[in-house]
Amino acid sequence: MNWEDDEEKLPPSQRPEWSDVSPLPQDDGPNPVVPIAYKPEFAETMDYFRAIYRADERSPRALQLTHQAILLNPGNYTVWHFRRLILETLNKDLHQELDYVSRIAEKNSKNYQIWHHRLWVAEKLGLDAADRELKFTEKILSGDAKNYHAWSHRQWVLQSLGGWDDELEYCRQLLEEDIFNNSAWNQRYFVIMKSPLLGGLQAMRESEVKYTVAAILANPENESPWRYLRGLYKDDPKSWIHDPQVSTVCLKLLSSGGTTNHVFALSTVLDLLSHGFQPSQELREAVEALNFTGSRPDSQESIGLGNVVCSVLEHADAMRVNYWRWRKSQLTM
Amino acid sequence: MGELAADKHVKYILAVEKRKDSFESAVLEHLRMNGAYWGLTTLDLLGKRDVVDSNEIIEWILKCQHESGGFAGNIGHDPHILYTLSAIQVLALFDKLNVLDVDKVSTYIAGLQNEDGSFSGDIWGEVDTRFSYIAICGLSILKCLDKINVERAVNYIISCRNVDGGFGCTPGGESHAGQIFCCVAALAITGALHYVDKDLLGWWLCERQVKSGGLNGRPEKLPDVCYSWWVLSSLTMIDRVHWISKEKLIKFILNCQDTENGGISDRPDDAVDIFHTYFGVAGLSLLEYPGVKPIDPAYALPVDVIDRIFFSK
Repeated sequence: MNWEDDEEKLPPSQRPEWSDVSPLPQDDGPNPVVPIAYKPEFAETMDYFRAIYRADERSPRALQLTHQAILLNPGNYTVWHFRRLILETLNKDLHQELDYVSRIAEKNSKNYQIWHHRLWVAEKLGLDAADRELKFTEKILSGDAKNYHAWSHRQWVLQSLGGWDDELEYCRQLLEEDIFNNSAWNQRYFVIMKSPLLGGLQAMRESEVKYTVAAILANPENESPWRYLRGLYKDDPKSWIHDPQVSTVCLKLLSSGGTTNHVFALSTVLDLLSHGFQPSQELREAVEALNFTGSRPDSQESIGLGNVVCSVLEHADAMRVNYWRWRKSQLTM
Repeated sequence: MGELAADKHVKYILAVEKRKDSFESAVLEHLRMNGAYWGLTTLDLLGKRDVVDSNEIIEWILKCQHESGGFAGNIGHDPHILYTLSAIQVLALFDKLNVLDVDKVSTYIAGLQNEDGSFSGDIWGEVDTRFSYIAICGLSILKCLDKINVERAVNYIISCRNVDGGFGCTPGGESHAGQIFCCVAALAITGALHYVDKDLLGWWLCERQVKSGGLNGRPEKLPDVCYSWWVLSSLTMIDRVHWISKEKLIKFILNCQDTENGGISDRPDDAVDIFHTYFGVAGLSLLEYPGVKPIDPAYALPVDVIDRIFFSK
């Protein structure tokens, strides 16, 4: 396979090796519903592709043609299909194919066809490909740390081919670069839950809570660590309400005054209360101090405090007023 | 701001379908079937189903069908589950499902189910909950859901449910509004919505609304008109749509219009395209905007089309 730049730019009609082929134009039928005209170079390459595809010619020149067609339109899934058929027939070196995909992916990192082709190749190469695939996704993520395809591919690599050793560290790195990266938080959870090297949720909980609390304190308006924190107690509400770290971080934030965004801290307090958490006097006072709404709790019961929390949220998060009103209505249940 | 420029959008859609000189059309020719669904459903929602020649379209659709029973994105392309659903949906719009060899199409779709209940997109094996939705939606319209193992299909979808109440593309995949729509709609169609924690997911979904009133697809991402569909339809299916600010979302969608030339873009002042035009109008439909027909949130087709399929004869 050669892909020197000047070779790429010569259309098939100007190359001697294609002289035996009659190109096939796009068949839009007699009265095309959706007739389209093309740039000449694009049209020509696709016309030759159609001819080769129709003839099912699985040759080196056909492979090269799919390369050109893909460069012109990487979304064309039929070209990718045919490329795979040719690769199989010619029994091509799939490591080279990974080189090829890496090159195309740089400018097309959100293209479903490229990612699936990559997975198909990697799957055939098996365990050999693990390291390379982790590096490849890392490269893509360095350009767009939230690329859904890259994360999906990376999860597949870890589960099918292994390579868990440095994954938690990789998450830590990405979160250091952008603590708001929800994909990295999701990956962190994925590692905690599924890595065969770490011991599972129970074993990791304490250190993860510490880590998450620090992230929350740094940016209380960040949705991800709050959800991550809650996720660390999945199926274990007792531990959730009894872990002092959780209520402490809420208290810290709610007492801090100023312009700190209190919405997630308040909603966390609400969640704790709904699971039977007994609030301290300090926490009550901190919440009350935010209550400029005029509503008063009619008792010292938790329901009263929950009511105040909802009232504050109806104002602090006015966009979702209907949600907080509904939460309030659920408190008596 | 202001109003829905419905007539301009109709003109825009018709112009795109007929455009003879566009390079953009060329690079999208392989997904023409999706484009037909987006364009024609939008026309239908705006009350203009009849401005196109359905016979021509149906003829073209049938030319896109393969021996396997699946449909391709355009003539000369390979079959894929994505285009198979769009073909079924467009035929449903025109009340022409009877031109299909239902057995053939449904066998193609059912053949894409894997051992674990998931679905592949085509013979090459890509797995994604998008395809679970497509299979279930398509087979439901064709009344052939019994051709697949529904229990396993549902179990696979549930395995993609995350601790935040949302769903990803595969087990462990980050919750994403597009994937959530696919999973919730699939569960709705199969009568399995009880597997969704509606309160938890409803909150996650309403948190997608940002200051501008638009919706994003994941925490800390930019709003995009297409999420007006995926987030909203999900909220509608779990009866929580009142948890977002409808007025602010309507304003956002209307701001994404090109009121001069027609069409809707992903966010204000960007270039328009058919995809976002459809999702903007579909979102407005769910928000009960005047002049837009109601749309079914699970099947993504006008309610009168779904009623006709399921409740007549």
